Amino acid sequence: MTVTIYVPRDAAALALGAEKVAKAITQEIVARGLDVKVVRNGSRGMFWLEPLVEVETDKGRIAYGPVKAGDVGGLFDNGLLDGADHPLCLGLTEEIEFLRQQTRLTFARCGIIDPLSIEDYRAHHGFAGLEKAIAMASADIVKQVTDSGLRGRGGAGFPTGIKWKTVMDAPAGQKYIVCNADEGDSATFADRMIMEGDPFVLIEGMAIAGIATGATKGYVYIRSEYPHAIATMRQAVEVARAAGVLGQSVLGSQHSFDLGIRSGAGAYVCGEETSLLNSLEGKRGIVRAKPPLPALQGFLGQPTVVNNVISLASVPVIMDQGSEYYKNFGMGRSRGTIPIQIAGNVKHGGLFETAFGLTLGEIVDRIGGGTATGRPVKAVQVGGPLGAYFPRPLFDTPFDYEAFAAKDGLIGHAGITVFDDSADMLKQARFAMEFCAIESCGKCTPCRIGSTRGVETADKIMAGIEPEKNKALLADLCNTMKFGSLCALGGFTPYPVMSAMNHFPEDFAPVPLIEAAE
Amino acid sequence: MNIRVSASDVAERTLGIIRDLKHLEGPMLPILHAIQAEFGYVPEEVKPLIASELNLSRAEVHGVVTFYHEFRDHPAGRHVLKLCRAEACQAMGSDRLADRVRQLLGIDFHQTTLDRAVTLEPVFCLGLCACAPAAMLDGEVYGRVDEHCLSEIMAEVRQ
Repeated sequence: MTVTIYVPRDAAALALGAEKVAKAITQEIVARGLDVKVVRNGSRGMFWLEPLVEVETDKGRIAYGPVKAGDVGGLFDNGLLDGADHPLCLGLTEEIEFLRQQTRLTFARCGIIDPLSIEDYRAHHGFAGLEKAIAMASADIVKQVTDSGLRGRGGAGFPTGIKWKTVMDAPAGQKYIVCNADEGDSATFADRMIMEGDPFVLIEGMAIAGIATGATKGYVYIRSEYPHAIATMRQAVEVARAAGVLGQSVLGSQHSFDLGIRSGAGAYVCGEETSLLNSLEGKRGIVRAKPPLPALQGFLGQPTVVNNVISLASVPVIMDQGSEYYKNFGMGRSRGTIPIQIAGNVKHGGLFETAFGLTLGEIVDRIGGGTATGRPVKAVQVGGPLGAYFPRPLFDTPFDYEAFAAKDGLIGHAGITVFDDSADMLKQARFAMEFCAIESCGKCTPCRIGSTRGVETADKIMAGIEPEKNKALLADLCNTMKFGSLCALGGFTPYPVMSAMNHFPEDFAPVPLIEAAE
Repeated sequence: MNIRVSASDVAERTLGIIRDLKHLEGPMLPILHAIQAEFGYVPEEVKPLIASELNLSRAEVHGVVTFYHEFRDHPAGRHVLKLCRAEACQAMGSDRLADRVRQLLGIDFHQTTLDRAVTLEPVFCLGLCACAPAAMLDGEVYGRVDEHCLSEIMAEVRQ
């Protein structure tokens, strides 16, 4: 009987040597004349164990990791194909504590199936949501998404169903579904993982959005820093077209929907929806003033749904299992599950999908296992470069949109960067301003000029020049940027700056001036 | 990638690219990506061609090309090494790594070594934040870049 071995093709697994491991496995199979099939799956999201090799046995999938190319011969000698014990053996994959504690709805298939096998996708509940949507009236689809409580997973947290309703009700000859895959926040990789590990779920979600709103065309705008995701999505679209999922007749229905994959060109601000639309149109990625809302005048002036990858990829399970099923997970107004990405200086870094409501401390200490360096955790930045730095006294904050807002922070795209006690928070605050200066689109003054003045002011504090006056100036500048900027880039850069200053005042303390040489 | 080309050759190949992609909705970025893939950078002389084919002003085309970090106005070295400079990598010592790389190559970010072997560029996030610090060499990704990994990268660029 053919044995199946899984070696991930996820970019993070590749970055840790998965390609060499896959080659070594293929060589062993040929040299030993074995009947083995190698499947290149997505990642399970446990990056301290990558490259994670799995073997299908009658007991289930057995995991080995982290595997180096040099380990492969020994693994085969020791009975890898029977799932035999070995120092690298982690037992049944599903029983690994980090995975066992998760609730995987959006990432249910990621790391399990062959990402480009549509048969594999179907065999794991694929297209069940789309089939149900095809049989429904568009208003009922929108209602189901609204009732599920799904909110934009890109960071803004706007109810997805309400956005869809606006587009559905807008009269137009051509409407569009645009997927925002410009995942530029540091500590986030959920979009990348789903595009590389389960691309059909995103295609399915976009097709459902198209049927619900009457849009027949869609685009996925992927950042150019993700060449592997771009390649996988392009292949997946070809496969979906050939299988009749995309095209004139979606799964044989009277609905038509087709997709194009577009690459960004290295501009962080294009993750902002209006700037993304300008970029997609071939213009400079400058932010547009709202109104008009993209839902009414979006891509090429037509009604457009702009949704994050994870929002769209969560729609199929909502259509398949129902809005109640999804809504029953979570807390308060944050319903369903959220793929938390634990990164930076952390022992167990990876993707942890769970219902809203875990506390930050549980995520960092229990799930993440503390720092990789073994030193105490000093701060965690939640929500990427525009998110606040949280100190340990705030680790009781539950993971929920409103709870984070109440602590002057944001969930954003749910990325968490852990820092140990060697971090200098003044330096981090300066970097937030520097990043804003590099990436500002230049349209509004608070962001364009404020960020550069912010860097200069942080430098003065660092040099011990009138620190009290300059700290007050920095706070004033943050206030101007927060309330005067057109979009979240300038508007949210104050979060990391102010949180660093408020929670870690010792790092902003004056340093004695070095006396000038006589 | 052929970077020594005559002006008429550039024009001919550019017009071919534009003709292939012009039908797209929002064709500008796909055209610029294809031009950069063809020539290794976006030559100054393609801007008026794009402007005339897409019915735009040269200023508009120039504005788009210069807005995006990805597009270069001159050829890069034989290899392009991108080091992630964002927060998750900072938390794992990417600043020290960057200093080490600058020292090994004898250049700063946005520069190319004299032998044109490698161009060093900063990148803000490769999505490899749980295996930081991260780097990308000509599209190949590297995670948890340590001294051993760095020596592999250096051997590769010096080939």
